[in-house]
Amino acid sequence: MTGPDASAALCATGLGFQYRRRGGRALRDCGFTVPSGRITALVGRNGAGKSTLLHLAGGLLRPGSGELRVLGTVPGTPEARARVALLTQDKPLYPRFTVADTLLMGEKLNSSWDRTTAERIVREGGIPLHVRVGELSPGRRTRVALALALGKRPELLLLDEPLADLDPVARSEIMAELMAEAAERAMNIVLSSHVLPELEETCDWVLVLRDGRVELSEDAEVLRESHALLTGPADQADTLAGQHTVVRSRTSGRQLTALIRQRGPLRGDWHVERPGLEDVLIGYLQAGEPGQPATTRVERTEAAA
Amino acid sequence: MIDYRIDRGSGVPAYVQIVEQTERALRMGTLRVGDKLPTAREVVAATAINPNTVLRAYRDMEQTGLVELRRGLGTFVTRSLARPGSEDDSPLRREITDWVARARAAGLERADVLALVTAALDAHGDEHDSGTPGDRDRKKEDA
Repeated sequence: MTGPDASAALCATGLGFQYRRRGGRALRDCGFTVPSGRITALVGRNGAGKSTLLHLAGGLLRPGSGELRVLGTVPGTPEARARVALLTQDKPLYPRFTVADTLLMGEKLNSSWDRTTAERIVREGGIPLHVRVGELSPGRRTRVALALALGKRPELLLLDEPLADLDPVARSEIMAELMAEAAERAMNIVLSSHVLPELEETCDWVLVLRDGRVELSEDAEVLRESHALLTGPADQADTLAGQHTVVRSRTSGRQLTALIRQRGPLRGDWHVERPGLEDVLIGYLQAGEPGQPATTRVERTEAAA
Repeated sequence: MIDYRIDRGSGVPAYVQIVEQTERALRMGTLRVGDKLPTAREVVAATAINPNTVLRAYRDMEQTGLVELRRGLGTFVTRSLARPGSEDDSPLRREITDWVARARAAGLERADVLALVTAALDAHGDEHDSGTPGDRDRKKEDA
């Protein structure tokens, strides 16, 4: 059992959470560590527990069991709140406030406030300061909410599908902005997203949730390098499963295609391709579906650590 | 100064793309010894890739002796890859530029043009070619 890592961006042990009304457990027995200095992709299907985890990390919810630390502190405490910013999907802003009022509110509510950055993010979106937030398009509201979050100069920025309602141009602008901020002041970012191609070159740590459990918590490059996409004869399937971990496989006729986590040298007649991060993530998201091998137990190395 | 372009769909890791584009610019002479590479912030602000990726590419190039990281100043080119015949104003460059213009005018796509060039190289049997940087990296991964 490892103790909470004080330098980690996120660290969970035995973390569980249950919504009273919905029933069922949103998160169960989650154990993982996201090291500091990372840009983390939080990935999972709808209902996997991504938003719940971010709400817990932001201090908006309290764990039902186990514990969670953000930057070594308890979420929701004044210390954590000063260093962590959370942007939820609903982007809570006061619709009757003007953009200028909203930024002023940010300045008044935060002990350290970076007005230059906040104003630049709003300005680069071509958003007039005198307009009421409620009258802005969803994309522009996102930009204002992000300005508010970044103006706080957080050490850890939690983003719940931040780009979902943005057009493609705004998406890449905002992503570039986030990366630049991360480069400049070594800010940790955890962002949930369904748009896997966007994560490919932006995220260097991956946290995959499935049904409220942690499936993967790993370095993105290590993930890419330890997995292989194979195509070969279907009758080699058993030997393959004996030597490696088959994440996902599909047989059509005599041909087998599989995503495997390689455990040693490959034997047999396989066409091998190195997967992109997207291939790996899709593989894990689809694994455990009907007709797929359940690799879950083997892969939960972090949880067992 | 060089502007990096990252093709996310190519399957080539972004740090390899940065290395390749730098090497290409050095071959073409658009980057020369003493030139400064953009900062990590500048690259990520333009390409929306992870800052660590840029730093990794720069470190890789430092190890191969192409660039030098000077603390507090930036990353500078220390070695040229330009070969005679590949400069901006060389006859070979002029001819290929004209040829590409004709190919495009004839309706050939980028992939068609690349296929033709590859085929011509193959037909020429370029056995003394040392391979492209991309090949080198993929071989390293397979090893």
